[in-house]
Amino acid sequence: MNNERLTAFTRQTGTILATLLGLLILTFCIGRLMPVDPVRAIVGEEADQATYDAVAERIGANLPLYQQFFRYVNDLLHGDFGTSIRTGQPVINDILHVMPATIELATFAIIVGAGLGIPLGILAAVRRNRPIDHVIRFLTLIGHSMPIFWTGMIGLIIFYAALDLVGGGGRLSDYYIGLVPETTGFLLIDAILAGDWEVFRDAVNHLLLPASILGYSSMAYITRMTRSFMLDQLNQEYVITARVKGLSKGRTIWHHAFANIRVQLVTIVALAYGSLLEGAVLIETVFSWPGFGQYITNNMLIGDMNAVMTCVLLVGVIFIALNLLSDALYKIFDPRTR
Amino acid sequence: MTAKSLSLQDAAQDKAMSGSRSNPNSAFRRLLAIIRELLGNPSSGFGLVVITILVLTAIVAPLIAPYDPNVINLGNTLKPPSIEHWFGTDELGRDIMSRIIYGTRISLTIITIVSVIVGPIGLLVGTTAGYFGGWYDTIMMRITDIFLSFPSLILSLAFVAALGAGLENAIIAIGLTTWPPIARLARAETLTFRGADYISASRMQGASALRIIIKSIMPMCLPSVLVRITLSMATVILTAAGLGFLGLGAQPPLPEWGAMIATGRRYMLDNWWLVAFPGGAILLVSLAFNLLGDGLRDALDPKQR
Repeated sequence: MNNERLTAFTRQTGTILATLLGLLILTFCIGRLMPVDPVRAIVGEEADQATYDAVAERIGANLPLYQQFFRYVNDLLHGDFGTSIRTGQPVINDILHVMPATIELATFAIIVGAGLGIPLGILAAVRRNRPIDHVIRFLTLIGHSMPIFWTGMIGLIIFYAALDLVGGGGRLSDYYIGLVPETTGFLLIDAILAGDWEVFRDAVNHLLLPASILGYSSMAYITRMTRSFMLDQLNQEYVITARVKGLSKGRTIWHHAFANIRVQLVTIVALAYGSLLEGAVLIETVFSWPGFGQYITNNMLIGDMNAVMTCVLLVGVIFIALNLLSDALYKIFDPRTR
Repeated sequence: MTAKSLSLQDAAQDKAMSGSRSNPNSAFRRLLAIIRELLGNPSSGFGLVVITILVLTAIVAPLIAPYDPNVINLGNTLKPPSIEHWFGTDELGRDIMSRIIYGTRISLTIITIVSVIVGPIGLLVGTTAGYFGGWYDTIMMRITDIFLSFPSLILSLAFVAALGAGLENAIIAIGLTTWPPIARLARAETLTFRGADYISASRMQGASALRIIIKSIMPMCLPSVLVRITLSMATVILTAAGLGFLGLGAQPPLPEWGAMIATGRRYMLDNWWLVAFPGGAILLVSLAFNLLGDGLRDALDPKQR
């Protein structure tokens, strides 16, 4: 038994390492494919041949590809993700700087998405094929089908330009920028720490619209999955047994059916949280939100190779980690998979 | 085992034994039956109708577009919707409705080329991995997993950044991110057919692995692969529009819907029609593909109903 477990563990570790290696090869290929001369990007257009050769020598641009790859992996293992050509800063510092804005946005969005999605999904399953189910399914379908950047703009046109209910682009109105010291990078937390409630209100005002729209798209996914998980449970015999025994409908749904889908829901919400990165790329551009999504797009547009490679690597690692996490959650909470 | 899948297997068995092509008449009749079922359901019927209209519009675009989509008229810029210009005019005085109508051609091109790229790649990788198994299968599925672990937009972005912005590269990038789920599906299907008697029969008759895969396995995987491609099309449309919007896909002045929204963004707060109509078109088409995909899945696989 113990031996079996060890083999399973080794297998799992091997799989993860292989996936990571593949990921590194992928990011390396993307970096080499980019139509940017890494040496030129450092020395500038006017540098003479001697300087060019010296820099090429130093960063290893003239080595054979496989040696460049080993160099790349070696640098990564030493925590060196390269320097951004655009900002001149280590890429990892730049990313750490923009990450809080995105996390703030995504966290609000997932609260909206899960907070609405799970109850709606359960409601749709319980009232299957009734009008309310059709309405909810229609809403989720629209959420799946809408181009999120477009929804963001329509939101701005209606709620900002026409009704003036929310703030426009950016994380703060111009006249509040720089009023609270940046301690954590999370604007809401910083405002609370500084005790500046006016800034806090303004920040929430700016967060509301982009987070709701991002949340709507993850709500669509969460609702759909919750509905199908719940239907699976409601069709099983124990539900009928519970009802026949005289349990109330609400108790059957919450204490039995819902209790059985909790693990699945946690994994779905975790995956949805990760997928928000994708929506963030578009929503951050629409709302001039200075986060990871905008950082990745800007660097792709100007071809900042080190930054692009690191961002892609980071996204890949986040998703691999999320998948592992959801597998692990299944194993912990569902005794059958042990 | 349902009657339909039995008859499917019979058909494949006939094919494997005699080597004759499947009867085009019966294939056509089956297609008609599927279309009839799709039209019978209001939601998938809606999807099918919208996509048919999309295709027809793309074909006859020059005949139905009221204006030339690229003619600049600086005396008539940023006009709201009216009788002459149903969807208004943009910042260069071009008729937005005509541009959306011509934009169907770009959308259709994207969809067609992506399908042509991903269908064969997915089928080839999936069927060979499933049929041969072993280390080849492991390596192929590891590669598939790496691609699958990325959100499709971010991976497409990375590929476009590497290949350079533009419609052709955007299509290639989308294709590169769309094949993995198809390969997974084709592999899973292949695993269920691999041990079937008719495969063993043709192997014993001396058929080569390549022949078995192409003649006996691929046709069996085709229906579900087609459904999967239809389901992917909504994502493809959205990703293409997103790339266009970010300035990495189709470039202005091409009337691609995402790119139209990107240029309209500067004027949108006072001129809502610049972004509302192209975005509505994207929503409609992606909605149609989602509905059609769901309907097709139900029609071809009654188990999942």
